[in-house]
Amino acid sequence: MSNGHDSHLPGLPGDDSHDAAHDGHGGALVPEEPIPNPGLPEHVWRPTDVDAKAERRAERQIATLFGLSTVCVVLFVVSYVVFGVNGGADGKSVRTIGGLGASNVALGVTLGGALLFIGVGLIQWARKLMADHEIVEMRHPARSSDEDREETVRVLALGADESGIARRPLVRNSLLGAVGVLIAPAVVLLKDLGPTNRDVTDSQPYPGAGLEHTVWDKGMRVVRDVVGTPIRPGDLEIGDLVNAEPAMIFEVDDEGEPVLEGVPLQIAKSKGAVVVVRMLPGENKPAPGRENWAVDGILCYSKICTHVGCPISLYEKKTHHLLCPCHQSTFDLADAAKVVFGPAARPLPQLPLMVDDDGYLVAQSDFKEPVGPSYWERDSQQSTSK
Amino acid sequence: MSIDTSRVAKTNTTAATAKKSNPVGGVAEWADDRLGLAALAKKNLRKVFPDHWSFMLGEIALWSFVVLLLSGVFLTLWFTPSMGETTYQGSYAQLRGVSMSEAFASALRLSFDVRGGLLMRQIHHWAAMLFVAAMMVHLLRVFFTGAHRKPRELNWVVGALLLILGTLEGFTGYSLPDDLLSGTGIRAADGFIKSQPVIGTYMSFLLFGGEFPGDVIIPRLYIVHVLLIPGLLLALITAHMILLVYHKHTQWPGPGRTEQNVVGFPMLPVYAAKAGGFFFCVFGVAAMMGGLLTINPIWKYGPYDPSKVTAGSQPDWYMGWPDGALRIMPNIESHFWHRTWSWNVFLPIIVLPMLLFTIVLLLPFIESWITGDKRDHHLLQRPRDAPGRTATMVALMTLYGVFWIAGGNDIIAIRLNLSINQITYFNRAAVFIAPVIAYLITKRWCISLQRKDRETLLHGYETGIIMRSPEGGYTERHLPLPTERAYRLTARNRDPDVLAELPGGPDANGVEPPRGIAGGLAGLRHRLRKMMYADNIQKPTTEELEEGHHHAEHEHELQAPMEGHPADGHQFDGHHLVEGEKLRADD
Repeated sequence: MSNGHDSHLPGLPGDDSHDAAHDGHGGALVPEEPIPNPGLPEHVWRPTDVDAKAERRAERQIATLFGLSTVCVVLFVVSYVVFGVNGGADGKSVRTIGGLGASNVALGVTLGGALLFIGVGLIQWARKLMADHEIVEMRHPARSSDEDREETVRVLALGADESGIARRPLVRNSLLGAVGVLIAPAVVLLKDLGPTNRDVTDSQPYPGAGLEHTVWDKGMRVVRDVVGTPIRPGDLEIGDLVNAEPAMIFEVDDEGEPVLEGVPLQIAKSKGAVVVVRMLPGENKPAPGRENWAVDGILCYSKICTHVGCPISLYEKKTHHLLCPCHQSTFDLADAAKVVFGPAARPLPQLPLMVDDDGYLVAQSDFKEPVGPSYWERDSQQSTSK
Repeated sequence: MSIDTSRVAKTNTTAATAKKSNPVGGVAEWADDRLGLAALAKKNLRKVFPDHWSFMLGEIALWSFVVLLLSGVFLTLWFTPSMGETTYQGSYAQLRGVSMSEAFASALRLSFDVRGGLLMRQIHHWAAMLFVAAMMVHLLRVFFTGAHRKPRELNWVVGALLLILGTLEGFTGYSLPDDLLSGTGIRAADGFIKSQPVIGTYMSFLLFGGEFPGDVIIPRLYIVHVLLIPGLLLALITAHMILLVYHKHTQWPGPGRTEQNVVGFPMLPVYAAKAGGFFFCVFGVAAMMGGLLTINPIWKYGPYDPSKVTAGSQPDWYMGWPDGALRIMPNIESHFWHRTWSWNVFLPIIVLPMLLFTIVLLLPFIESWITGDKRDHHLLQRPRDAPGRTATMVALMTLYGVFWIAGGNDIIAIRLNLSINQITYFNRAAVFIAPVIAYLITKRWCISLQRKDRETLLHGYETGIIMRSPEGGYTERHLPLPTERAYRLTARNRDPDVLAELPGGPDANGVEPPRGIAGGLAGLRHRLRKMMYADNIQKPTTEELEEGHHHAEHEHELQAPMEGHPADGHQFDGHHLVEGEKLRADD
């Protein structure tokens, strides 16, 4: 460090050599008060430094640790060969240790042991046998010296001068503008990451495309979600809740191929899932305009939470409350699925029901409002009047 | 032409074979001839690092990152980041014949058909938990000890960026297997994205390649998880390390340790061995955890199905706090001009985390604005010696804790048989009240500890020796601290006398205070300075210390006749031997 830097040295604790007005700490301080720095304590020899026996013992300990590591590696390789991976393809029962898969436990413990023994051995070596004299190194200020700063400023100014960047604003500004506009290709290129809501809503590339639509339609049967069987009103007892899907999810065409596959199927499920509940007709308080949406006290609501879109599943029969397991929004199914608790802001959309000629539950139409979480373009005013 | 070729050849021969005493030396020489590494190495190989257990926390984060890289590379060899539909035919019988994504099928294959695959999956997941946890505890250590002060503010910023990137890396990682739990998490994330005004729907459709769930989100998250974020993490970790080496590590004040030096053990060999050994230890612990502790058993959740959900859905622990904020937010939504403002989602999950992250990022700058301290600081402070700062961080931790608890409100309600509604109402109030209480308690606690330090310096430590006076009164004998310990307690700066500063009138130098916004800011700064400094206990001055010692000596003299001779008391605390000492008057 050159002498020119000394004025930038940080102060000692209690050091008042710095300028009090500059650092914002008022008051004169006595250097090194109230107790002067006693200086580095004397080095204390360890047993392994002075006792040859202790030293050899430490050596043996460390070598043993490294040896144990190798033992673990051997056991690891043995475990790899001996233990088949959890659950053999032959259908044989899984070998377990303490309820966990034998292969995983054996591989994990032996690998962990192999690594830990090396680690502990190395640290032990450093602590017991390597020189333990503390070393003092001087710090340097993080900042450059004044000469370096001046030189840098001079060179920068020279560069600015030689390029004429200050004298030629036309060149400078047109360059800045041109580089700035280069953001446009980067943004434009990302447009095809996916179609927008308007794109899919207008072109309807698959049934029920767009945030305002689902695959539900007039006359589509309400079917049980796993098996796909249609539901008669008589199948449901009072207090029942059934997870259901639109029948289209299970439909096959003339050649036996599913109507919906892949992405359209996943999207149909993600928006079309519903719950069907039956309560005493008198218990339900239908919202205005929804008087004929129920069949014999059977109501159908979207299963997708209006908060952030988790499927809702926890039903309390007595209170008709439906609870979302993700963030605990609670909806009263007997009161137009209004929010009675939690962070959701809107009722669950209701699917108007009727019975078809064969006596099965079907939809009167699609949902009258978008299902799922809120989004910017969602126009709540058209909620039930669509 | 009379060139003496024999001499040229001889010189060349000598140069080419010079000092090749051993193969290692030869390789080193070959490399240095081309890279000139010796100049760099000579400065850094014996670089000094101070020793303290708390300096190890950042190291845990660093080594878990290396474990993540190693185990992650293994996982990529089998994992298929595809949402293509497939029918499972692997060895896990319960799911055979079930339709699922290739991503989930390959994650099952890793778990049940690749030996060590489940182990690596679990090591990877546990190491991720450790990585984020170690970064957070490291951040707390740095802040509580004042290691974020000048000149290290920018390294704090790098560290904060590492924390948020590590969190995102964790989220993208646990989303990849496309199981029911992680799929539900992605669906909720889609809801978060859609809640943003104006851009929300576009963002969602661009990210998912159309409507949720689409078939591109897993491959996109995969490339973010294995390339984009790890690349940024690596670059930032490198910057973090370079700055650490450039600034040299902070150290605790103590005998021989000053602001101008750094005292400790050299990089080679002690720290190379300790840090290298510690890498093996971290890896070993992660391997043990991977072998013995089940984490993320995706086969129990099953493949993602957008119409299903599991009860008690919980994200990984570090995503718990924004989830908690989301749970306790009142359900406010506005509708203006046929547009929806989803405050109930947008505020807690988008605005709040960004706001809190910004606050954390700016903490060193806010503090230096309040203190006005522009000096370099290389000596650490004990948390008690900066009560305002310590209390601020404890308040932030409390805020985090309340949100985190709120994120588990369903589990708490079930386990403790409480009403989820009441837990939620309680937490709504607690996020505002608890941090204030935590601030006040912590600050007072720190000041009490400072008072105790001052007391010990002035009157000595309690020896446990009870003296009985002729009148029958009992006193405990106090003895002065050993010099090294006393020095350690006094090796700190005095706080400025904020009560002498006048925010309203001209200051001590007669300079008029600023008006308008500048004046308001100056007033705010003065109030914050008072919060930070006004009640702190300062270390004793030299005079006070001397007076204390005189007082103690006087007391010892008074007590001396009781024993027949002045005992210094050190016979009983091991400071010197008792052989030949007259311990009782009748000896």
